[in-house]
Amino acid sequence: MTKPKDYDDIPGTFVFDADRSREGYHLNMFCISLRLQVNRDAFRADPGTYLDRYPMNADQREAVLKREWNRLIELGGNIYYTSKLAAFDGITFQDLAAVMTHMDRDSYRAMMLAGGRPIEGNRYKSEWETK
Amino acid sequence: MARIVAGVGCSHVPAIGVAMDTHKTHEPYWAPVFRGFEFSRHWMRENRPDVVFLVYNDHCTAFSAEMIPTFALGCAAEFQPADEGWGPRPVPVVKGHQKLASHIAQSVILDEFDLTIMNRMEVDHGLTVPLSVMFGEVDEWPCAVIPLCVNVVQYPAPTGNRCYNLGKAVRRAIESYDDDLKVMVFGTGGMSHQLQHERAGLINPEFDKRFLDLLTEDPVAGSRITHLEYLREAGSEGIEMVMWHVMRGALNEHVREVHRHYHVPASNTAVGHIILENA
Repeated sequence: MTKPKDYDDIPGTFVFDADRSREGYHLNMFCISLRLQVNRDAFRADPGTYLDRYPMNADQREAVLKREWNRLIELGGNIYYTSKLAAFDGITFQDLAAVMTHMDRDSYRAMMLAGGRPIEGNRYKSEWETK
Repeated sequence: MARIVAGVGCSHVPAIGVAMDTHKTHEPYWAPVFRGFEFSRHWMRENRPDVVFLVYNDHCTAFSAEMIPTFALGCAAEFQPADEGWGPRPVPVVKGHQKLASHIAQSVILDEFDLTIMNRMEVDHGLTVPLSVMFGEVDEWPCAVIPLCVNVVQYPAPTGNRCYNLGKAVRRAIESYDDDLKVMVFGTGGMSHQLQHERAGLINPEFDKRFLDLLTEDPVAGSRITHLEYLREAGSEGIEMVMWHVMRGALNEHVREVHRHYHVPASNTAVGHIILENA
């Protein structure tokens, strides 16, 4: 049996390793396709037909259509890829981060201006269990 | 003989490029970020290199999930700024140095670093933002650039130690090149930041400061920072900092720190910048 991964006890973090890359391959290839205008136009015109080009699983497809940003990460998406879908929707990187952390745009921006999310209390999953 | 005169560490936050391209650098949010590069631009003019060897990572632009080289060396005559989904940045085409790049490829591969050779490659903000902050808005970049693209998107990135030793091999390559060229090495990315999921927005200034201190004073100790420590302490995207060790490995053991700049935030990220001269 393979050993548990030493980074799996970091809270709110899905390390994009080879396993996640394998699971998320078609999802990520869909997202990166939106880098090109011709593909953005095709996806906008008919999302379902466009998604048929990418053989992702039903959960991934649903997460794309519902724009469930955290679930996309949990299902093998990588942030540099899913951010292309966000950009397609006109969502900036910072606003995407706000959504993923369940904050409104102004609160997230204010947190960053005040020095960001502190490391204290955010190193281990055990520190989040009592939250 | 070609020689390495200095190293530059520099974040490559895409929003910094956007701020320059949309003329927002004097706005209160951005002014403190750019003030820290005023010295650097002056210093670059005074110490103008012939070639910059620029270590950076691609953000799923030139490489998608289809192909993930750990180290890819840009050997092309030029590199076009890429369209990352909102049009290419309005910056000059990046001119390579093909003779030196192919010499470096040959030398470091025989030195047992198995590089991928790129004879065609678009470059994204990871490469163009450091050039912009160091050179400002220019009609053409004032020197040739040899890109070294490092995978830090799919875990695992190369270790800090591997990057540090690659820097040493790059130095041996550059110093065995006959023409008299002044070379600088840039290490880019970082500093602490996490862009994904519920811990997004993480910033750890204590970690960043220690990283910069070690970079100057004890690079071997710095190169031994583990991946787990980067992920936990500096955020899942903070692991980009391994690329700074390539730059440090290419310098002398003892260096002179002539400039340091640190600011939070730029978008989701801590901005770090350092200039090290070979003592």
